[in-house]
Amino acid sequence: MIEKIKYYLKSYLFLELLKGLSVTGGYFFKKKITVQYPEQKTPISPRFRGLHALRRYANGEERCIACKLCEAVCPALAITIESEQRADGSRRTTRYDIDLFKCIYCGFCEEACPVDSIVETNVFEYHFENRGENIMTKEKLLEIGDRYEAQLAADRSADAPYR
Amino acid sequence: MSDTITLTINGQEIQAKPGQMLIDVADENNISIPRFCYHKKLSVAANCRMCLVEVEKALKPMPACATPVNAGMVIRTRSTKALSAQKSTMEFLLINHPLDCPICDQGGECELQDVAMGFGGDISQYTEQKRVVCDKNIGPLIATDLTRCILCTRCVRFGEEIAGLPELGATGRGEYTQIGTYIEKAVSSELSGNVIDLCPVGALTAKPSRYTSRPWELIQHATVAAHDCVGSNLYVHTRNQQVMRVVPRDNEQINEAWIADRERFSYSSLEHASRQLKPMLREKGKLKEIDWETAINLALEKLQAAANQKGDLAALISPQCTLEEHYLLQKLVRGLGSNNIDHRLRQIDFSVQDYTPVMPWLGRSIESLDTLNSALLIGGNLRLEQPILNHRLRKAVVHNGATISSISTLTGQYNYDLTEDLAGSAEQMLHELASVLVALATASKTEPGKDLSELLDKVKAKKEHNAIAKSLLKGEQSAVIVGVQAVSHPQYGLLMQLAETIAGMSQSSLGYLSESANSAGACLAGALPHRTATGSTSERAGQNSSEILTAKHRVLVTMGVDPELDISNETSLQQLADNNDFIIAISSFGNAFNAAHADLILPLATYLESSGTFVNVEGFWQSFKGCAKAAGESRQGWKILTTLAQLLLPGDAIDYADSTAVRNELKEQCRNLTLDNFVSIQSGQNKLPTRPRALQKISSTAIYAVDAMVRNSAALQATVNMRDAGCLRMSSEQAEKLSLSTGSKVHVKQGEGTAILPLLIDDNVPAGCVWMPTGLESVKNLSTLFGSVDVEKV
Repeated sequence: MIEKIKYYLKSYLFLELLKGLSVTGGYFFKKKITVQYPEQKTPISPRFRGLHALRRYANGEERCIACKLCEAVCPALAITIESEQRADGSRRTTRYDIDLFKCIYCGFCEEACPVDSIVETNVFEYHFENRGENIMTKEKLLEIGDRYEAQLAADRSADAPYR
Repeated sequence: MSDTITLTINGQEIQAKPGQMLIDVADENNISIPRFCYHKKLSVAANCRMCLVEVEKALKPMPACATPVNAGMVIRTRSTKALSAQKSTMEFLLINHPLDCPICDQGGECELQDVAMGFGGDISQYTEQKRVVCDKNIGPLIATDLTRCILCTRCVRFGEEIAGLPELGATGRGEYTQIGTYIEKAVSSELSGNVIDLCPVGALTAKPSRYTSRPWELIQHATVAAHDCVGSNLYVHTRNQQVMRVVPRDNEQINEAWIADRERFSYSSLEHASRQLKPMLREKGKLKEIDWETAINLALEKLQAAANQKGDLAALISPQCTLEEHYLLQKLVRGLGSNNIDHRLRQIDFSVQDYTPVMPWLGRSIESLDTLNSALLIGGNLRLEQPILNHRLRKAVVHNGATISSISTLTGQYNYDLTEDLAGSAEQMLHELASVLVALATASKTEPGKDLSELLDKVKAKKEHNAIAKSLLKGEQSAVIVGVQAVSHPQYGLLMQLAETIAGMSQSSLGYLSESANSAGACLAGALPHRTATGSTSERAGQNSSEILTAKHRVLVTMGVDPELDISNETSLQQLADNNDFIIAISSFGNAFNAAHADLILPLATYLESSGTFVNVEGFWQSFKGCAKAAGESRQGWKILTTLAQLLLPGDAIDYADSTAVRNELKEQCRNLTLDNFVSIQSGQNKLPTRPRALQKISSTAIYAVDAMVRNSAALQATVNMRDAGCLRMSSEQAEKLSLSTGSKVHVKQGEGTAILPLLIDDNVPAGCVWMPTGLESVKNLSTLFGSVDVEKV
């Protein structure tokens, strides 16, 4: 009998509806966490894996030594490298292509690199307008590296204690 | 002592021969023991200490490579004691290793990497400074990175034991030990490239392929070497259908674990600028690129026209072409009613061609050269011409005490001691052979036969000839081997007769070496004017190579031939061009003759890009598949010839699906063929040639000039062997007579041809002779290997 009364009270007083709405109402008056992208952006981890870049040493020398470990480790076979002996006798790439359509942004290339040359920047907003632009050549990658070097260096040093 | 003993390794009872080294026994039973300095083909050094294993009742761990097995031995290779010894050794070896694996070419196939992964520790306790060793420039073939060296001395032992030229050695002691060439110089051994494979780390790597590829990117193809008649087995490593490097494939019957530098580095010519990439046609005196269809149609038209006029067609084919190409070309030429086909481009004397063996071969197995007791080498320099056979002979001398003599053009060419080392002009060589024959007759108390009695009348044997005769008679296993320089001898027939008689009287085997990979196959395939496939006599003998060069034809087909450098004949090339109305050149590489005179050029794939078969000097049929993508529009030779034959000889039902079908057709015909070099050659000559008074030329094809592939390989051309190869050599006595000195330029005249060459004083050149190379651009006008020459100072 008492059960039945409880049931009817619950049904006709919309108690459950109000309980639900109280959550909604609570959030309605709480501080908002919605980000007004693209005007506003969320903070990014130093380990973020975005667009790729090739870094240089401070003296301007490219870091990549054409060891091809990134090419070997890449699970999507997105990296193509050709190498030769440069005139000064050092081992260098003549071609370093990443196909961004193939890339799955797993970051293995970055992890495999013994000289911190291939890295992933925190840039994730990019697009291609023409066929073939998805192939990031060595020149493009180095240029990205040059542009974001300050950020890249800061990210690496922030993560250094955990590597 | 019983034949086998029983020992226990890791609890497993194992039978072994007494005296065997522990590491060999373990290897035979698939028990892996890490090692660096040990190599199955080299002596035991036991200096890396990596193979330490625990032997029961021994106080300390023992090196498996230097511990002979004994009955009842109990060995543990994976016990705590063994593993900790191995781990400590590994740590020691890595103390001075730079760990620059990412930039090291050995990375990925490095024994140090592998063993460190399997047996090493994770950390090093060494924090002091590592040693650094300056890299040495030891030539254009081998790159050095001596900081990486772990001083296993495999390369040093290779030089001493295999190459016979102790060029690399260890100097200094302790931490200051370094591998080097004592005094700064380039290594010159014709087998030097093998140290690249031997080096367990990246201290010695291949210079031409330096930094270009990683082992894990490469696809391995088994193939056969093409630059001498030995047929060494190779692995070709390709990446993106491009040849990146060549390494040996073990074959105990042929090349063991070694290959000559020629085979290893000739691949770089595949990318050479002179490759023939497109069919070309001469129009108004200029070559113009055309498409294949037009080219084939034009070739058909011209060949058809020549077929209607009997004998108006001739073909010259390189002995480096595959068996299938030889067979199809002779089928085509014979189908069109001509017998004018030849592959003997360097032969001059064809007087005994009807007698010659069906397939001149080594007369014994290559492997059996190791166990020879005595040998006579006639007209050749095996060290440069067949390095692998020379290595076998060296083994016979070093391990078997064999007595080997040479009658050739130069003395002092071998990397082992010869019993007698005679040299001279073409005529002198015949005189020496006749004297050996007389000595043999006296020593064996038999007669050399009636045919030679008049010729040998008045011939006297000297001490050296008696020594050769004695050594040949004494040896249980003896061989007479005729080298490739003899093939170009102006009286090759008589030379063959004398060699055959010497071999017969001394009961030695008789061997003929040939210049190219498939000379033997060419004979079987019938690329000869007087014999068809399997050596059956052709109804009507055609023109031999020297007649082809001088006679007039409507159409001349050349296949894989550079007439300037591959043919030894006095005929001028202008004359050759004038004699032939239409020249079809099927060629992998462009050359000066084709550029100036060929009317139609069809691009041919090289043997690395084509399937085919080579028959080596022992008579092995070795088939291979194409390894790399053919350059440009070049096509495989058997395909070009099958297409032409299908359209020109509709009656013959030529329909081959692949080159194997061609080979099988010929193989079926050759089934009952037996090889015999003893054919009773009758040269019909009853007088030895008089020794001319004039200065005589002696020559041989320069080591890296044997064919177009080798000539176009930049790395090989840059070697020290080639730097000196272009010189004219004469003895110091001769130079004094002509008042010349090393380095001075001399003007040489032979018949119509002239050349200007630098002079090198070399006392290995016999008196009255000058030596100069063949096959080089600088001497293209002097293409016969022997004859009178005038030399004067420029």
